[in-house]
Amino acid sequence: MEESNDYLEIAGRKIKSRLMVGTGKYASFEETKEAIEQSGAEVVTVAVRRVNITDRSKENLLDYIDPKKYLILPNTAGCYSADEAVRTAMLAREAGVSDWVKLEVIGDEKTLFPDNVGLLEATKILVKEGFIVLPYTNDDPIMAKKLEEAGAATVMPLGAPIGSGLGIRNPYNIKIILQQAKVPIVVDAGVGTASDAAVAMELGADAVLMNTGIAGAKDPIKMAIAMNYAVKAGRLAYKAGRIPKKLYATASSPLEGVIE
Amino acid sequence: MEIILNGEKREVKENIPLIDFLKELDLKPESVAVELNLNILNKKKYNETVLKDGDRLEVVHFVGGG
Repeated sequence: MEESNDYLEIAGRKIKSRLMVGTGKYASFEETKEAIEQSGAEVVTVAVRRVNITDRSKENLLDYIDPKKYLILPNTAGCYSADEAVRTAMLAREAGVSDWVKLEVIGDEKTLFPDNVGLLEATKILVKEGFIVLPYTNDDPIMAKKLEEAGAATVMPLGAPIGSGLGIRNPYNIKIILQQAKVPIVVDAGVGTASDAAVAMELGADAVLMNTGIAGAKDPIKMAIAMNYAVKAGRLAYKAGRIPKKLYATASSPLEGVIE
Repeated sequence: MEIILNGEKREVKENIPLIDFLKELDLKPESVAVELNLNILNKKKYNETVLKDGDRLEVVHFVGGG
């Protein structure tokens, strides 16, 4: 059913799945692994954190998520300044798995909205250092343009606050961003259920990134499967070209030949 | 001698090579990244780096995140 040549291309890399997923908030490494497999995602985000010296269970996330099978995308979650984000990205790169980074510079603890000023600054620095930068931003088309001009490999406007499950709050702005963009646009954050993901793809988004929407579901494995379908369905619907919205009806059955 | 590891003071052997220190902590060098005194250490340098008194080490790895 899928079109085998409908690849997403980011920084010269062809990616088949338009669903990207996070690895946070799962009950266990096994559940994380299973959900990611069922989602069909190829791009998987991870966070960078201090090793727990006292609790040294020998297991490591990357024992469950094979860096050869998945494109590991380290994030700079928890960074509230450009300096912190750059430092975290550099450390993540030194872990030796990826020079891609999901760049987050957070402005506020409650909303986790991006600090776009710091984000733009960090994007410029990291692009210069040779990173493939995927910045998490809001739905401001002006900001999206600036990030693109700064060399970001994609722009990732949020649908709604991280973990809020509110779906695509401002589809109009996202549509404007999509029309103006020369790089792929990945709707990241706020997806709550399958239809939210489909809506993002129907707008024309190149991909959707989510974590809580799957990991926080009552049955994450089932939701991972649902999201897999939703992103594919939304993408196909977008490419199929929907009917226009009309105020009045147009009958589907012929008008002639009605018995009298 | 004393160093600071991930924000906490720790007693370590004098002039211990970093690579041995990581082994002591049961850490695989390939799955961590290390910052020494605010400088990110290239993995190739783990073998030749020796810890000194007062060094500040940050040792990180990848965990689940969105």
